[in-house]
Amino acid sequence: MSHDHSIDPKSMPKDPSKATTEGKHKFMGLWIFLGGETVLFACLFGTYLALRNSNAGGPTTQELYGLGLVFLMTVLLLTSSLTSVYAIYHMKNNDFKKMQLWMGITALLGIGFLACEIYEFAHYIHGYGFTFRSSAFGSSFYALVGFHGGHVAFGLSWIITLMVRNAKRGLDLYNAPKFNTFALYWHFIDVVWVFIFTVVYLMGMVS
Amino acid sequence: MGMTSAQKRGFGATLWDWLTTVDHKKIGILYLAGGGFFFLLGGLEAVIIRIQLMSPENNFISAGLYNEMITMHGTTMIFLAAMPILLGLMNFIMPLQIGARDVAFPFLNSLGFWLFLFGGVLLNLSWFTGAPDAGWTNYAPLSIQSPGHGIDFYIMGLQLSGAGTLMGGINFIVTIVLMRAPGMTYMRMPLFTWTTFVASILILFAFPALTVGLFLMMFDRMFGSAFFDAALGGNAVIWQHLFWIFGHPEVYILILPVFGVFSEVFPTFAKKRLFGYTAMVFATFLIAFLGFMVWAHHMFTVGLGPVANSIFAVATMAIAVPTGIKIFNWLFTLWGGSIKINTAMLWSLAFIPSFTIGGMTGVMLASAVADYQYHDSYFVIGHFHYVIVGGTVFGILAGLHYWWPKMFGKYLHEGLGQISFWTFFVGFHLTFFIQHFLGLMGMPRRYWVFLENQGLDTGNLISSIGAFFMSFGVIVFLINIIYTTIKGKKAPRDAWGSGRTLEWTISSPPVHYNFKQLPLVRGLDPLWIEKTEGNEKMTPAEPVDEIHMPNGSILPLIMTIGFTIASYGFIYQTGNKYWLIAVYSGIAIALICMLTRSLKDDHGHHISKEELERVGD
Repeated sequence: MSHDHSIDPKSMPKDPSKATTEGKHKFMGLWIFLGGETVLFACLFGTYLALRNSNAGGPTTQELYGLGLVFLMTVLLLTSSLTSVYAIYHMKNNDFKKMQLWMGITALLGIGFLACEIYEFAHYIHGYGFTFRSSAFGSSFYALVGFHGGHVAFGLSWIITLMVRNAKRGLDLYNAPKFNTFALYWHFIDVVWVFIFTVVYLMGMVS
Repeated sequence: MGMTSAQKRGFGATLWDWLTTVDHKKIGILYLAGGGFFFLLGGLEAVIIRIQLMSPENNFISAGLYNEMITMHGTTMIFLAAMPILLGLMNFIMPLQIGARDVAFPFLNSLGFWLFLFGGVLLNLSWFTGAPDAGWTNYAPLSIQSPGHGIDFYIMGLQLSGAGTLMGGINFIVTIVLMRAPGMTYMRMPLFTWTTFVASILILFAFPALTVGLFLMMFDRMFGSAFFDAALGGNAVIWQHLFWIFGHPEVYILILPVFGVFSEVFPTFAKKRLFGYTAMVFATFLIAFLGFMVWAHHMFTVGLGPVANSIFAVATMAIAVPTGIKIFNWLFTLWGGSIKINTAMLWSLAFIPSFTIGGMTGVMLASAVADYQYHDSYFVIGHFHYVIVGGTVFGILAGLHYWWPKMFGKYLHEGLGQISFWTFFVGFHLTFFIQHFLGLMGMPRRYWVFLENQGLDTGNLISSIGAFFMSFGVIVFLINIIYTTIKGKKAPRDAWGSGRTLEWTISSPPVHYNFKQLPLVRGLDPLWIEKTEGNEKMTPAEPVDEIHMPNGSILPLIMTIGFTIASYGFIYQTGNKYWLIAVYSGIAIALICMLTRSLKDDHGHHISKEELERVGD
């Protein structure tokens, strides 16, 4: 165990996010947390699959979904996952400026995704009268996709807070784990979206 | 910022210390106190139920109040009494057993406790305006139709306390994986640590299902969605699935930790190594795994079809195998041991036959065909009280008597302990054994009254008398706690003289950093190994050096208050939109706390080498 208590040592180690005990704890803790999140989304997927044809006379999945916008959203979010990988790569090499840059791009892509999603929901509500209350299908759709959107929004406020907070002081052993756990969370959000894209939209178009 | 000074502090400072503590031992005691309080409340509700059912067509309480009483009894006992008390034991003991100075996430630990407490208080505040009345399982559509705000309190109260429990589970998993002392390999971990680990995994994967179920129920009741509303295509059975996907693992969350307790108590008082340690570990995992595969056995009569029912029936029966392995291993641990009987041991010995009866009726219930007869009858009530009281409650009491000297530095009084044991034990069998037969004779559960001269009168009377015996036992236990606090005999480190695990190597109660030097673990039952080699103490694994400890924080409490205010807002905004102010301001308080936590660096503090040397061991 190192007795150098400095969070800002003379020379930063390779991968500062896992150089401290706290960093290791946080990294594993978030992995475990994502295990619980998986069950959470699995339950929402199950509910959606059980109710997606219960449209109570409203629009069906085929009438509602359009793949164009969803494709754009997928591109945005998947790319943001890639840019967060770049950010972590630079973090591990202690290049704070480049990390901030790529994290910034990640956040912008996330905001773009969220904007598309809000547009999509507004379109369904005003164009089709398809709401959270109109049918069990509506409830389950907005619950599943909305929970994911909520996770994106939370992730965005998380990374923006981190970037603003640490903009002036740079990377140290105390804040590096925070960026790392965010990136892990962000990948998870991305994976969930891949399932939403497949199970909700693609399967909704064919069935 | 040393805190070890033994100076007398004022009431205010002491209170502040407890409100801001991140010490796993203090949080453990808080859990025990909170859970103990709710246990008394749930027990009171049980007594009221038994008074109502003492005689046919009784009018002690109204039908509506009776429904509230059974709902709150079940919900309180499961979520607010049994689980928090177990979390309290885990919190206090597990880090000591693995040779850690704290848990992985002390701040989260504190937040988890406050969320549990405020969730429980919120739920119980419903008594003033109308408590939930759809049973602890809260089935839709009954729960959707229930008027008033009772169910809303159920939803928000359980959501809060459930979030707290999930945090506790994550915390324990990371603690056990990353914070074991040098030499403490997985297969050297005490069984209580193992079962804490496995129960935490169950919490991790089971609670999110409840979270989702509660969210859907919340959306339906408060925001007009249609998940369970058949008129708009909703499906009420989804609630049952989500509830039991959580609910069945939940009963293993309740029982596995006490399996760990018994696995500590038996070797200590039989002075023998636990028989079949490896088999015990694997049986624990097997029970946990199968525990996720059997939820639909609560739904045999829903109409899932013969194939689903058969699969779930067989999976359920399979759980009897690992459980049987455990029962026999405990018996073989006792076999040929030099057995010392005391209260902790009595609770443990009483557990074996009591729990086995519950397990046997469990296999009976697992038979889908026969279940059509038992379903929703008093047979089921008899069954699950045999496993939850005969298992979990006996285990909790065994654990409390066993670790009380470690936690508080004083022995619980032996004579009072045995009085409370015998009255409770006799009362327990008196109350619940007869209920199996009441059920088989046709008495349904959750009914407010029964008619006279249908062969149910005597049985119900006996059952109610048993409940008074149990109450007497609990009261004696409370007297014991008070007596012990005032005049109890002081306990040394190795309180029972035959301790085997690391918690018995440190002072009773332990100093706040637990271990001045982390111990070197040389095998299973590390203290026992040192004893057999004539060593007085553990070999330290590190020189005396300064110790890093986390700082206390008031943020978890404030954050929880924010969430509680928001919950109140959610409940009442259905009638009056001004309550949305409470929602927004409550969430704002919580978010500001999170932001503060994120923005304000907290590096913890160090206990200096000089101070450690001054204190001695």
